[in-house]
Parts: sequence; structure tokens; C-alpha cells
Amino acid sequence: MNIAFDFWAVFEQWPLLLTGVAWTLGLTSLSGIFGLSLGVVMAWARLEAVRPNHDLHRKKISRVLDILDKLILFYVELIRNTPFIVQLFFIFFGLPALGLRLSAEVASVLAMVINLSAYSCEIVRAGLEATPPAQVQAGESLGLKPVQIFKHVVLPPALFKVWPALVSQIIIVMLGSAVCGQISTEELSYSANLIQSRNFRAFESFITAAFIYLLLSIAIRWLLNKVGRQVIFKGMVSHD
Amino acid sequence: MIEFSLWDILRNLLLATRWTLILSVIAIFGGGLIGFVLLILRLLHIKPLGVMINLYVELFQGTPLLMQLFLFYFGLALFGIDTSVWISASAALILYAAAYLTEIWSGCIRAVPKGQSLAAKSLGLNFIQELKYIIFPQAYKLSIAPTVGFLVQLIKGTALTSVIGFVELTKSASMISNVTFKPFLVFSSVALIYFVICFPISWLATRIESKMNLNTSPS
Repeated sequence: MNIAFDFWAVFEQWPLLLTGVAWTLGLTSLSGIFGLSLGVVMAWARLEAVRPNHDLHRKKISRVLDILDKLILFYVELIRNTPFIVQLFFIFFGLPALGLRLSAEVASVLAMVINLSAYSCEIVRAGLEATPPAQVQAGESLGLKPVQIFKHVVLPPALFKVWPALVSQIIIVMLGSAVCGQISTEELSYSANLIQSRNFRAFESFITAAFIYLLLSIAIRWLLNKVGRQVIFKGMVSHD
Repeated sequence: MIEFSLWDILRNLLLATRWTLILSVIAIFGGGLIGFVLLILRLLHIKPLGVMINLYVELFQGTPLLMQLFLFYFGLALFGIDTSVWISASAALILYAAAYLTEIWSGCIRAVPKGQSLAAKSLGLNFIQELKYIIFPQAYKLSIAPTVGFLVQLIKGTALTSVIGFVELTKSASMISNVTFKPFLVFSSVALIYFVICFPISWLATRIESKMNLNTSPS
């Protein structure tokens, strides 16, 4: 048995690999920003729904919040219990039947945003629930509006607490984005596929792509955990 | 031209579901077995062995499952192994599962207080006795919930084998939707089938977890 590897044939196509990396990073950052924001909003809605309130004025909206809470719970469970590839295919192949035709790139971002938002909703909620009630009361006694309390008092320490879990989830979504090549989004695994169809070096091109993914996940973890923590959560100290 | 009724579509999807289930069972048992062996090897605390296992775990957790499937599909052939999709899909999923399970279980063992291990040693138990009578019974309880949770991730992972041509639920959905031109119906049914399989399992995992939290909370 004689196996000759020719990695040079893969590296020669570096512009393709570079485009792939750029797309993968672009998809990941877009879905990271929008998915996380959506997750935070949903987590807030779910938290508000369970918060006991004796305020008469709030009684009216509490019923709306109750329904919203059920809907979000259903959404979260639906997304978390179906494969990403099925969600992607549903958006890209299924939705046009309803008249909603999306380009491959938009469909990819949409699928990733939806996926990340469901997972991050649960992660953020765990962080929000750990907020001591006294902190909210302190905010109220200072005369802050509920939105202000959430934005300035509750959210920052909650996000800080669950940040590592969120970073892991973003990386999982980044790795999951390899599937987007199947609907012809030109991300890294698509490039690998294209390269192997040009030079028939399937093993070499996929192992190169896998290695790049590994580097990306290590780099993103480091960047978000170390640098991100210092920049986003300036001056906060971990208490555990 | 043959017309596909709703029942034809559903029946074919349900028939394909068994391949998803069989592949999941193969992966969880194969992965569990290898994961367990790696766990024992890790507990021996031999430096180079530990480093290698860490590397293996990092490699499989840091790369997309899709790339792993491609590598097994094209890679095994290079080594002269006749690769049916069955073999490459099972091999990739087993190693994927083993990496995650060994990491999950290591975490559970780390959660057993260090004093337990020291007490076992002071009683003169050897390595196997210590694991069998002291460590595993305690770690076992902790490991049920995350292991069941991982099973959901694995079942969802089998959907990716459709890309290398394994005809399971997702692949047959693509094929059926190509024939019937009803992608909306087909893919919503598929999502529903996955949901019906996975939701009870994740519900069970959450339930076990909350039960465990009640039992272990300080009284």
C-alpha cells in the first residue's frame, strides 16, 4: 500500500480557502450578533412572564406575556430538537413554496440566527434567573424604568456569568455552518468541496478545511473569552 | 406519472426514520464503549496518554461533524478499506460520540469529591476496586442527565450523514421533495418527526437533571 499525499495541490488554491474562511467568519459574526440579541430579548420576555407583579397596571399585559412565554418556549424546544440541516433545508427549499424566496446566503444567516437564538435564550435565561431580587428592588427604588433596570442592572452581570457558555454555543454554530455549503453558500466547506472537485484530492482538501475549522474555533474562543471579556465587560470581576 | 398522496409521503419518511434510529443506536453504543475505554485510560493518569486523549477530544469537538464524515468517507478508501456509507457514517459518528462522552464522563468523575478517592486508597482498595465501588456509583448518577442530553445531539447529528449519501430521514426527505415538488410539506413533516423523537429525550434529560439538583442540594 502506497499513499502519496499532495497537500500542495490544495494550498495552491489558497484564494478559494481564504474566501471560504471569510464567508464562514462573516456568517458566524452576523448570526452571533443577531442571534444573541434575539436570544436576550426572548429570555427577557420569558423572565418578565414569570415575575410576580402586584401592580394593577401590569395585570393587563401579564396575560399577553403569558402567551408570549408559551410561544417562545415552543420555538426554543422546536429548534433545539430538530437538526440544523433540516432547519436550513426548510428555510431554503420549503419557504419558497409559501412565496418567500431567499438567496442561499440569506437563508444560511437566517437559519443560523434562528438556531443560535433558541440556544442562547435558554443560556441567558439561566444567567438572568440568578440575579438577586434585591438588585431589581434597588433599581426600582432609584426610580429606574423596567427597561432601564434590565439594561443597566440585570443584563450585564447575567451575560458576564454565562459568557463562556455563550461563546461555546457561538462556536458550535460556526462549526454547524459547514452545512450551509450544501445550499451553495460559499463558506469553507464549500471551498473544500470545490477544490476536491478540481484536483481530486478529496482527503487532503477536507483535512485542510477541518484543520482550519479547528484553528478558527480555538481563535474565536480565545478572542471572545479573553479579549471580549475585558472589552465588553470592562471592570467586572468574577465572583466564583 | 405516479401521484404521491400525503400518506405515501409520510409512510416513506417513517420507513426512513428507522435508519436514523439504527444509526443513532450504533453510534451511542459504539461511542459509549470507546468513550468508556478512553475514560479508564484517562484515569490511569499517564501523562502522554492523557495528552493524546485530550488532543483527540479537541480534534473532534473543534471540527464540524460534516468534515469528519467527509474525511471518513474519502479517507478510509485511501487505506484500502472498502467504504460503504454505512461503515463511514458509523465510524465517524462513533468516534464523534466517543469524544463527547469521554469528556462528559470525565467531568462527572471530577465532580466526585477528591476525599472519596483518598478514602478508598486509605482503605487499601486497588484501582479497579476504587472505581467499581467508590467512584463509578457516585459519578454514574451525575452522568445520566448529560449523557441523555448528548443522545439528542447525536440523533440530530445523524442528519448530516445524508450529505455523504446515507439514505436516512433527511436524505429521503430531499429525495421525496425532489419527486413530489412539495418541499414545504416534506420538510415540515421531517422536522416534526425529529421533534417527536428528540423532544421526549430532552424532556427526560431535563427532568433527571432537576431531580438530581433536588437530591444533592444541601439540606
